[in-house]
Amino acid sequence: MAKTYRAGVKEYRETYWEPHYQVKDTDLLACFKVVPQAGVPREEAAAAVAAESSTGTWTTVWTDLLTDLEYYKGRAYRIEDVPGDDTAFYAFIAYPIDLFEEGSVVNVLTSLVGNVFGFKAIRSLRLEDVRFPIAYVMTCGGPPHGIQVERDKMNKYGRAMLGCTIKPKLGLSAKNYGRAVYECLRGGLDFTKDDENVNSQPFMRWRDRFSFVAEAIRKAEAETGERKGHYLNVTAPTPEEMYKRAEFAKELGMPIIMHDFLTAGFCANTGLANWCRNNGMLLHIHRAMHAVVDRNPYHGIHFRVLTKCLRLSGGDHMHSGTVVGKLEGDRQSTLGWISLMRERYVKEDRSRGIFFDQDWGSMPGLLPVASGGIHVWHMPALVAIFGDDAVFQFGGGTLGHPWGNAAGAAANRVALEACTQARNEGRDVEREGKDILTAAAKHSPELKTAMETWKEIKFEFDVVDKLDVAHR
Amino acid sequence: MSAVEDYKSSLSDPASRKFETFSYLPELTAEQIRAQVAYIVSKGWNPGIEHIEPENAFSHYWYMWKLPMFGETDIDRILAEIEACHRAHPNNHVRLIGYDNYKQSQGASMVVFRGPAK
Repeated sequence: MAKTYRAGVKEYRETYWEPHYQVKDTDLLACFKVVPQAGVPREEAAAAVAAESSTGTWTTVWTDLLTDLEYYKGRAYRIEDVPGDDTAFYAFIAYPIDLFEEGSVVNVLTSLVGNVFGFKAIRSLRLEDVRFPIAYVMTCGGPPHGIQVERDKMNKYGRAMLGCTIKPKLGLSAKNYGRAVYECLRGGLDFTKDDENVNSQPFMRWRDRFSFVAEAIRKAEAETGERKGHYLNVTAPTPEEMYKRAEFAKELGMPIIMHDFLTAGFCANTGLANWCRNNGMLLHIHRAMHAVVDRNPYHGIHFRVLTKCLRLSGGDHMHSGTVVGKLEGDRQSTLGWISLMRERYVKEDRSRGIFFDQDWGSMPGLLPVASGGIHVWHMPALVAIFGDDAVFQFGGGTLGHPWGNAAGAAANRVALEACTQARNEGRDVEREGKDILTAAAKHSPELKTAMETWKEIKFEFDVVDKLDVAHR
Repeated sequence: MSAVEDYKSSLSDPASRKFETFSYLPELTAEQIRAQVAYIVSKGWNPGIEHIEPENAFSHYWYMWKLPMFGETDIDRILAEIEACHRAHPNNHVRLIGYDNYKQSQGASMVVFRGPAK
């Protein structure tokens, strides 16, 4: 029977709270952590989030009756306590797949984390997790190549890969920069990396950097007999400029380029990932700005959601945190999102912060990149935590070696291989780390010196954004 | 702090050439090779053996020694094949591979006999 039009303001929960709703396989599911304003009941707050992130607005409008809102609306279908926290609750919301343009992370985020985050009835709001239905996953391009293809292209098997971000971040000339790259690669690293804020400044224009780096890579490959790469940062002020830089990297025969997906945006990132897939170029993703969005436990977007969005948009590497280095990230939580990067199917697991089963279908996985304040003493823990499918990036931990970059690189490579060998032999690498490294240093003066240099450096601060199970 | 030491590596010195995983460690001993074979078997991977002249090691495709040993779990038989390949090609690098057919990749790959640098 047709409805009649009644103007006015209804409570959101009359329309958008459906505790008996059976979620569909094709629904996009979201879990928000909500802190409502005083006096707003949980159901009303959850329904408001569902409404404002889907079909609703603050008042009834006559055009609602021109469509089938029952079909198109998002619904809050479950409310849960946040462990150890009385101020907040989890709201689970199901969105019909028709609400989202195919293959558009941009469109999904515009709905889910759009106006609703400024909504007055809510004190704070955090998008904790999203379940992308497999039907939606398959409309996205995903990583241009993925882990398996990268291993084949780069000829790296049975161990993690090693990288280094060239420092100082800013100010080097292109030729001096290429020198630093060459020294790292000839010493035994697989990759070096542009720092994220290296784009095309007056002291080092991108074309000069690309040319000198290309020579460094070719020479290091000839000298070591191993395949090498440098993440050439093509992040640029406009998409046109970004593609111009990517084309030049291809012209130089380079294997990998790099992009900052949050500052440049998902539109640019998805386009670049497609370009990389079409041009046989690996794509390294940096995550500048992520901590602005994901570090506050009560407001923003959790990093696991950003991880899922990036896997859909496309990238072959992404920074994941190190657990042990200078940057934020607790161990269980990190294990959760590195599974989301690498695995084909990830099951719900609250102990790792995973709220939903996530099926990635045939979409390739990407390599987590552990970077930030790590050095040889961290190697046993890194091998134990990340396993082989990862890139360990030692910036200061390579360039800061007393004998220079090549020696620093060799120290890291020896440490990695010694830990990997010991792991394969069935040893507990984390517990026996000191013995393993000390034994390896007997035939590597570079490693011995690195171990003496960084013996006392630790970063033992408590993390700010903990898993909710760990609160209090 | 000890004095700075030079990093010895050059285009003209073939000893500077490396060959990926474990090539920055000393050559594996017989006991260490056995442990790596046991690791490959424990993972359920298929062992394979390849070899090549050291000067051609950069190429993706080395010469296969027979076929990968699908389903082989006898460590001594795998070691005997490695040995047989090495005896037939004493001047070549001999590489041990663990094919992971689920990941469609190599779970392990390492040179177990090193040909003389030239």
